Amino acid sequence: MSAAATRNPAALELAQRHRFRWWETLPWLAGIAAFFAFPNYLAFGSQLLIMILFALSLDLVLGYAGIVTLGHAAFFGAGAYTVGMLAQHAGWTEPLSGLVAAAIVAGAIGLASGLVVLRTHGLTLLMLTLCTMALLEEAANMASHYTGGFDGMPGLKFAPLLGWFAFDPLYFRSQYVYTLLVLFACFVLVRVLVYSPFGQSLTGIRENLLRMHAVGAPVRARLVIAYGVSAALAGVAGGLFTQTNAFVNLSALGLERAAGVLIVLILGGYGRLYGAFVGALVYLLLEHTLAKAYPTAWQIGVGLMLIVVALYARNGIIGIGDALLRRKGGAR
Amino acid sequence: MNAALLETRGLCKNFGALEVARDIHFRLERGARHALIGPNGAGKTTFINLLTGLLAPSGGRVLLEGEDVTSLAQAKRVKRGIARTFQINQLFRGLSVLENVCIAVTERLGAGSSMLRPAGRRADVLAEASRLVDAMRLGDDAGRRVGELPYGRQRLVEIAIALGLNPRVLLLDEPAAGVPSAESHIILDAIAALPRDIAVLIIEHDMDLVFRFAQRITVLVSGAIFAEGSPAEIAANREVRAVYLGSALDA
Repeated sequence: MSAAATRNPAALELAQRHRFRWWETLPWLAGIAAFFAFPNYLAFGSQLLIMILFALSLDLVLGYAGIVTLGHAAFFGAGAYTVGMLAQHAGWTEPLSGLVAAAIVAGAIGLASGLVVLRTHGLTLLMLTLCTMALLEEAANMASHYTGGFDGMPGLKFAPLLGWFAFDPLYFRSQYVYTLLVLFACFVLVRVLVYSPFGQSLTGIRENLLRMHAVGAPVRARLVIAYGVSAALAGVAGGLFTQTNAFVNLSALGLERAAGVLIVLILGGYGRLYGAFVGALVYLLLEHTLAKAYPTAWQIGVGLMLIVVALYARNGIIGIGDALLRRKGGAR
Repeated sequence: MNAALLETRGLCKNFGALEVARDIHFRLERGARHALIGPNGAGKTTFINLLTGLLAPSGGRVLLEGEDVTSLAQAKRVKRGIARTFQINQLFRGLSVLENVCIAVTERLGAGSSMLRPAGRRADVLAEASRLVDAMRLGDDAGRRVGELPYGRQRLVEIAIALGLNPRVLLLDEPAAGVPSAESHIILDAIAALPRDIAVLIIEHDMDLVFRFAQRITVLVSGAIFAEGSPAEIAANREVRAVYLGSALDA
């Protein structure tokens, strides 16, 4: 590091921004602690981890690159169906390579659709992402010979992990550990990306498209690549969903799932990596507890919470924490 | 005739029946200090947009060092050394001053696609961005979000970003527009201190600034070049005074 770059405190801050901070270990310690503390809730825990991964993939495009999408479940579904169809029709039941296949298929669909839809902005883009998802959903519905149509593919069998750890829905523990490890690997990838010059340029595109063109950045290519990577990660989440539940059906790629992940990210706070963690935890806990108390009306609670966050905490729950910390820092 | 650094030949632009650029033949020489003036709606910003590739011309050519760049996209022209500032700030408002400049420097060095190495490890980018921020006397605000800065200081960030692209041609679109007169000297000083090897084309309504700064002035009226010459010639031109300068110079 040259002296010139470190002289200014702002430069020092930028030079150290990507470093791991101690509190970043907390979510992972909590994840490990939960494994021992809540042995009866590990199936719920696996679904929570999958939701986090899905929301994290959305954060990359929505929070960092500013691509407003209502159709991200298209890629979750593509991954889920890839793993399901490979297991059902090709006997490809090895889980890790199944996730790789899910990532490749979902990523390819992301790149291909991104090349078309990312030529547009705003409402048009929103509608086109929705259309992409609707097309896939209808394709999965129509091609019932391959996808099981409306009923999907129940009772899928997967080979034990590394030939050793069975993890169908009866084996909660290996399922949970597997999901946690996959999430961790994907998180490290996303974290590296957002702190790289590439990630910085995505933020630039979000903040000012016109200026980004005017500094000579190949804006479209950057967006398409980010969209593809995000789609691949959503595909991994979908693949995990199929593997841990041993079934896949149309719920994997509907509007409800796409809207759900959007709510998770907005609740938690977008464009800040850990918003996905907080949002998914709060959303699923809320769903879990409210659904117990008010089985038919639990969504009212989520709706109210979303209204409060949208009105008073534009940066989500994490944003509230940030603001409190800053206020404390300012008072000192 | 040797090639100018930046040249247009018969440049035209129509929006439907509206002609906003008419047969513009224009030369910007190496290291020039050139001003583009004219009444509102004369097509000055359109002309800059045609030079940078933000707009595609309806006819005519843009040449950089004699080479035809008319069909090159904006990003490619930036790589060849054409940088601009905007009449209305186009900044990354949520990011710090230093980050704004870092993004420009990163793109110029072709590092913007790099995915695996943290941006903070690019000491070369940070050092150069810090130097530019200091040169614009923004050092104390380097860590502040651009959106929090007074407008005049934001204008300096515009210039710092453009300089971060290491341009050979710098197009300044009303750099002092919207800046309170008490602060405009900061902008003037910054422009006066620009490296001599950069050719500068400036659009400006402030005639004090124009006549202090420019060695050559082009007057644009209704999308066509109305007059061109040294500041003395333009000041003495009766027609120019009639259509545009009159009140500004008499004052």
